[in-house]
Amino acid sequence: MKFVDLHLCLPWKDEEQARRLIAKSTELGYSQIGVPFQPNIKAEAVNQMRQACGESSLDFVTRLDLAPRSPSELLVGLRRFRRSFEVVSVLCSSKAVARQAARDRRVDLLCFQSFDPKKRLLDTAEAELASASGAALELDMAHVLSSLEDRSGVGIFTRLRRELAVAKSFDVPVIFSSGASQPLLLRKPEDCAALAFLFDVEESFALEGLTRNPAAVVERNRKKLRPDYVAPGVRVIKEMRGL
Amino acid sequence: MTRLVRRRYLALRVDCEESFEFNAVSDAVWNAVLRLFGEVGASQAGLFLVKYDDEKRYAVLRCAHKALPMVRAAIATITRIGAAPAAVHVIRVSGTLKALSRKTANTQYEQCARQLSE
Repeated sequence: MKFVDLHLCLPWKDEEQARRLIAKSTELGYSQIGVPFQPNIKAEAVNQMRQACGESSLDFVTRLDLAPRSPSELLVGLRRFRRSFEVVSVLCSSKAVARQAARDRRVDLLCFQSFDPKKRLLDTAEAELASASGAALELDMAHVLSSLEDRSGVGIFTRLRRELAVAKSFDVPVIFSSGASQPLLLRKPEDCAALAFLFDVEESFALEGLTRNPAAVVERNRKKLRPDYVAPGVRVIKEMRGL
Repeated sequence: MTRLVRRRYLALRVDCEESFEFNAVSDAVWNAVLRLFGEVGASQAGLFLVKYDDEKRYAVLRCAHKALPMVRAAIATITRIGAAPAAVHVIRVSGTLKALSRKTANTQYEQCARQLSE
């Protein structure tokens, strides 16, 4: 089974720490990692990370985390950067942003970072839009773990349980990522699946969120980023010159 | 004669830069289970830390087989042992110590597991 962690926060300014995180990911059994970058990142830094991942036999995926304050800001961000990154996630901080992100086919992942009930916006309407556009719901395990340190898990589990049930009923793919910026916040894929037991999710569903669902997102976007891609189901096979 | 409670043995790897005593690791596991599932859950889990080797950061934990998902989830939530940041990973799960040592034979914890079964 090929395990994918689509959210590994590599500190690209601290090469030593980045290498430790990469080594830890390999050791824990991941074979593909997604690394978030700033939109204005230099190609040199990306290549440096790609090389470090290649040395550990990890498939490297570039990712952009957009945190827009309004739907129009989201649209501007998507227009400018969509074709520069393999995966685009949107941090939904308001209902308007969440709805726009769920509606837009260019968005791959929907993230809700706060456990505040007013900011957990995955309701049935949101799930219906996400299901139609193919956007997935992402859950960061490091975020869950660090939130559990600070406060009781009752509210966190209730909200996540409800959200996952809604996502499941509307066939919204769920992706479990580590979201780790330190090696000690990384967990083995099987341990992440075990954690999902707390949200009333079967192990097979959790494992899909660590294997098939994230791999499908990456594969779909890599196809789209190829120069021969035209539209879904249409690609250039051969260029006829002189016609 | 069949056992009343079937057991599972978990080979654990403790990830931390500091060293710990047996009791600190045992307490961390107990606290994680107690915190998530309460006293009733912890009593059903039948937890017992069989062995902890601080040098190799290898531990063997015993639990009731019906409580395995609970225990695995609780172990994954451990972020501290004592005051030090730590992580605990489940390497293997088995029904007997002997099988556990066989299953972990390919890992770096081979020798430690063998000592356990002897």
